[in-house]
This record gives sequence, structure tokens and C-alpha cells, in this order.
Amino acid sequence: MTSPIAGGVDCDLHPALPHLTSLLPYLSDYWRDQVTTRGMTDLESQSYPPHSPISARPDWRPAKGKPGESLHDLTTQALDPFKTAIGICNPLYGLQMVFSEDMADAFCRALNDWLAQEWLDKDARLRGSIVIPVQSVEKSVAEIERCAADNRFVQVLMLVMGDMPLGKRAYWPIYSAAERHGLAVGIHAGSNYHNPPTSVGWGSYHIEDYVAQAQAFQAQLTSLIVEGVFAKYPRLKMVMLESGFTWLPSYLWRLHKFWRGIRMETPWVDRAPLEIVRSNIRFSLQPVDAPPDPATLQRLFDHMQSDELLLFSTDYPHWQFDGDAVLPEGLSAEQVRKIMIDNPYATYARLAGAGSKETAA
Amino acid sequence: MNVQFRPSAEQDAGAAAKIAIADCDIHPARRSIKDLYPYLAKRWHDHLEIYGGHAYQGMMEGPPYPKAQPNASRRDAYPPEGGVQGSSLAFMQQQHLDANNVVLGVLNPLNTGQGLRNQDLNAALATAVNDWQIAEWTSKDARLKASIVVANEDGPAAAAEIRKRAGDRNFVQVLLLSRNVEPLGQRRYWPIYEAAQEIGLPVGVHAFGFGGNPITASGWPSYYIEEMVGHSQCQQTALASIILEGVFERFPKLNMIMIEAGFGWAPSLAWRLDRVWQRLRSEVPHVKRPPSDYIRDHIWWTTQPMEDPERRDHLFQTIDWIGWDKLLFATDYPHWDYDEPTRVLPAGVSDANREAFYLGNARKLYGL
Repeated sequence: MTSPIAGGVDCDLHPALPHLTSLLPYLSDYWRDQVTTRGMTDLESQSYPPHSPISARPDWRPAKGKPGESLHDLTTQALDPFKTAIGICNPLYGLQMVFSEDMADAFCRALNDWLAQEWLDKDARLRGSIVIPVQSVEKSVAEIERCAADNRFVQVLMLVMGDMPLGKRAYWPIYSAAERHGLAVGIHAGSNYHNPPTSVGWGSYHIEDYVAQAQAFQAQLTSLIVEGVFAKYPRLKMVMLESGFTWLPSYLWRLHKFWRGIRMETPWVDRAPLEIVRSNIRFSLQPVDAPPDPATLQRLFDHMQSDELLLFSTDYPHWQFDGDAVLPEGLSAEQVRKIMIDNPYATYARLAGAGSKETAA
Repeated sequence: MNVQFRPSAEQDAGAAAKIAIADCDIHPARRSIKDLYPYLAKRWHDHLEIYGGHAYQGMMEGPPYPKAQPNASRRDAYPPEGGVQGSSLAFMQQQHLDANNVVLGVLNPLNTGQGLRNQDLNAALATAVNDWQIAEWTSKDARLKASIVVANEDGPAAAAEIRKRAGDRNFVQVLLLSRNVEPLGQRRYWPIYEAAQEIGLPVGVHAFGFGGNPITASGWPSYYIEEMVGHSQCQQTALASIILEGVFERFPKLNMIMIEAGFGWAPSLAWRLDRVWQRLRSEVPHVKRPPSDYIRDHIWWTTQPMEDPERRDHLFQTIDWIGWDKLLFATDYPHWDYDEPTRVLPAGVSDANREAFYLGNARKLYGL
């Protein structure tokens, strides 16, 4: 086993909202009334069925409630064992599935306030991601602006499967706001199910949806690169969360080959895809979709041609590893330091500050 | 691709020149739909002229994403006697088969009716295309072998067409496209697999097709390059569906070929499938073995568009993970992203692997 080192940054933690009604204290009278009068059910996404093995490690399952809903469990199970200094919270509550942009906006605002008050206020190691009502770019930007005043929010969070490919120009004001405020944009596995969860239609099984996340990330990277997001926002960092990364080298070989062949179609893409990935795209460590032998993994790292792409993550409480084996076998001390400390700090500009509620000058 | 962007000392053109090769992805074209009329009932001539094809996409003719070149084909591949690229056997022989010493060429006709919403028309066109392949191509050049085109969304009709061709040595595989109404593991496609296994032919799954689903799980992208790169994601997902639905448990003698969608993704997909299967296998008890087992036993890949890393050792390591016995050389003639046989494989490959890559694997798989 490769031992973690103290002071790391866990870039993918999932605190769970116990229930939609947990948002009631953070909603306006109107939306509180909507939730109760209409008898709205919990917005649990089938991307992570609560009892699915992938959704929580067996020894991280609480006796009652959703995995990840206890602050005590999260800090003692995910932060303390690895001497983690900073943990970034990426709530996966299913707000993106809501079709009304007004409802999604109200719920996102409530969720972000809930995260700040019930998690970030209670443990100084925690940082947050801003969940946005993606159907409305205007409302998303307003929510980024509102939350950006709190320096503990270090990232904007979107799902890898949504209404439109993420490179589409309609989304660019979101990226502009993120870059302006020094926020990374995190793209997490999951779907709003407004489109079939694969590019060839609806599969039969949960396992297919989960496998297909990797293909969805590939398609989004293509969109982000060829639409020119990083030519327009060169300082923007995007983080692929729970994406897997072993697909990256062969994916880039293919994209590079077609970019060479038909770059006349997207002439604003002024750098090779691999260079754009090196400067602007990062990947969370877990899951490591590779055989357990160190030689194969080191070969894959060699194919990635950069040691700056991976960011430490437990993916808590999802079941990606057992025991303390959060780092795959055979990493060098330098690789561990880069993955756990150097790369996250180079990605999340806001980690450099003290993490105060107030806006830095 | 017919762009030489980075001449490289690693590409030793001389070493592989003019060895006998199989080309497992050749696209014969028709000059117009009227070429199929001799093989198609009069009813359908009228239907096509009045209503057109009525596909799972909006364009009456032509692709939704404009191709990089006319007909997605090489500008130097127009036959001297006229017609679109790939429509002249004589010119294909001269420019490609003879020039590159192709001793086995597998025809994969596109624009065949697969992906049309009218299933009777789809079935009639499929039969016509199959007859046309024999009459115009394989009967005139023994190097060429045909694919059984089928009405992909109509399992019984497809199975009937496959059985009709049983034992006909003009055909070496059944042809499907990767993008259909549903993922290819779904039960509606099982009659196709059952019939293919019965007559002892592999099923080739070629990139492309239209089934009405956006080519990303987030809707329609903007550019042709996204569609082209996206075919690889479609193929990965289609293969995952085939494995996870248990197709190879049900049809253990069935082999499949992933055509024109790359192969570099195969190891990472297999690793991911194995890993997730360990967690979630209780959902799919019909998948009895690790997914990579089925891939290793049942799946082959054609090479074009060949993965092209900067370092050749990365390519070789990737092929080592897949197996040198699983790749079938293909050029995609006459399409614009054609892979040049003498340039595609860098130096440093053993003679045995080189022979398997260019010819041996194809002969073995197709039983020729």
C-alpha cells in the first residue's frame, strides 16, 4: 500500500442532504409551501441509488440515514485517517433533475446555504462547491456571484450529463464568472436524465449508467476543447470528478488525430488537445480504473505524459477502495506529494487563502 | 488520414511495403440510389422518389454534420469515368487493391437503409444492397468479400435475411452500425445474434448510424469533429451493453468486430467494466465472468483510424494489453481519414505480429 502524507487535499467528498425537507429552513415561504403542499418527494438521483454497493463503502454505511449525511462520520472516516488538511464538499443531491429553472434556483440557493451553515461552519477543514441551476445560465451566474463572496467556496459544480454539451457557448457566462472569481469548475459524474444516459440510448441497468460516466466525460472534454472554452478563458481550471482517468491517453490520441485532420472546422483551437488538458483540465484520483499491479499503472501515468493531472480524492462515501488503500500501489513519494498537495493547490486558487467567510481583497 | 503532418523517422515506409494485406473496412459506394433499383421492387422506387428515406435525423439527404470533404472521401479517389468515390470497381482495383497488394477486402456498405424509420423499406434496401454487393463487386473480384446488411431495428426480418445468406461464401460477416434506437445489447437485437451464430459468421459493428439518440449523453454537439471523436464513445457504450446484457452468455459462439471506432480505449473500458462489475454484479447475475473475459474471447477490432501517439512504445504497450491477435488492419478506403498501409505501423514490430496485424488475424477470424 502507498501511504498518504499529512496535509493533503481531498477533492471529492459527498456530504448528503438527509431529505428535501432539510432545505425548508433555507427556503422562502413560497417554496417552503410548494414543497409541503405539493407533497414533493426526496430528489434522490438514480445515478447513486442509496443502497447500491457503489454508493457507500460497507463500513461507511450509517446505521440509519443516508451515507454521508453525518458530519462526524465524514470527518472521522474520510479526513482524519488520511491526515487530510482540506476537504472539498461536492453535494450530489439531485437538484439538476428539476425541470423548472425557478424551482431549481430556489433549491440550489438553499442547498448552498445549507452546505455553508451545516458543514463549512462546523469544520474548518471543509470547503464547498457551488451547485447551480444549470437550466438558467443567468440564474447560475447570479448564484455564483452570491456564493463567491464566501471564500470557502472554491469551485462551481456541474454534472457530466446534462441538457447540452458543456462547451456550448450558452454556458460561457458561467465559465466567465468562475474564472473571474478564481473558482474552478468541477464536472462530476451523474446525469439530470434529460437525455438518455448513453450516446446510444437507455440501457437496462444501473451498472451501465455508471460505466457510461467515463464516455460522457470523454464527450464533454471534446466539447469543451473544440468549442474554444480555454482559448476564451485561459485561466479557467476544470476538474473531472469521479471520472476515471485511464481512458485519457487513448482518448487524446484519437482527438489529436482528428484535430490534425479537421482543425479547419474549429480554427480557434490554437493548441493541441493534450496541451490544453495539461494546462486547464484535472482529474480526481478515484476511481482508479486499472488493474492493481503497479507496473500497469506506472505505464498509464507515462501515457498521460504529465504528473500534474491527478488530484487526491476519496470519493467518500462511495465505495472505490477498501481500508486505507486510498492511494494505488507503487506511487513514488514525489507522485504522492503531487497528487495530494501540489496539484490540488495549483488547481484551486482559493485554497491559497485562509478560507474565511469574508471576501479577500 | 491523408494528411502527413509529422514525418517521422519511426515510420519506416520501406519495411512494410507491398506485403500482402487484408483491408477489413472498404466502402463500396453506389453512383445513385438507382444502382439498387434492379434489386428492389418497383414499389420502393416510387416510395423513395416520393417520400425519401425518412431517417432518424432531420436531413432529407446528406449528413447532419457536414463532412470534412465531399462524401467524406479522398479527393483523389474520384473514378476517371465519373461517379462518387468508391463507386468504380475498376478504379478501386487500380488505386487501392492492386497498388496496396490487398488480398482480402471486406466490403462495408454504408447508406444502406440501416437507420431508416420505415422497417419494410429498411429490409427491402438491405436485401438489395446484399444482392448488389454480389452482382457488382464480389462476383467480379475474388479478393472482395461482402457483409450481410440487415434491417437493424427489425430482429425477425434481419434474422431471415441472415439465414437466407447461410453458406454463401460471398459473405464473411453480418453488418450493424453502432448507433441504433437502443444500445446493441438489448433483446430486440438478439435475433440478429442468434442467426449470425447459427450460420457461423461474426457480427461487425461499424461506427456511425442513426437511432435518434444524441451522440452525447448531454445532447447534440456543434461540430463534425465531435461526431467523429464521439463514435468511439458510442462504440464503448454499445460494447458495454452487449457484455452487460449477457449476449455472449446466451450466444457463446458469437464473435464481434468493432469497426472504425479505434481500439486504444479497449483496455481502459475493460478495466472499468471489471472494477464496476465487482461492485455491482448482483444487479447482473447473468454476467457470470469478469467482463474482460468476454471481450478477450469474443471481440476483435479493426485498426483505422489508427491510434497515433507521439511515442510508438505507447502504441505497442496498448496493443500488448489488447493482444496482437485481436487487431484487423483496415484502411477505410475511399474515405478521407484513410490509413495508409505502409505508414500505419511503426518500426519495431516482430514479423509474426506484423503478419497477424496485416493479414493473419483476418484470415483466421473470417475462416479464409
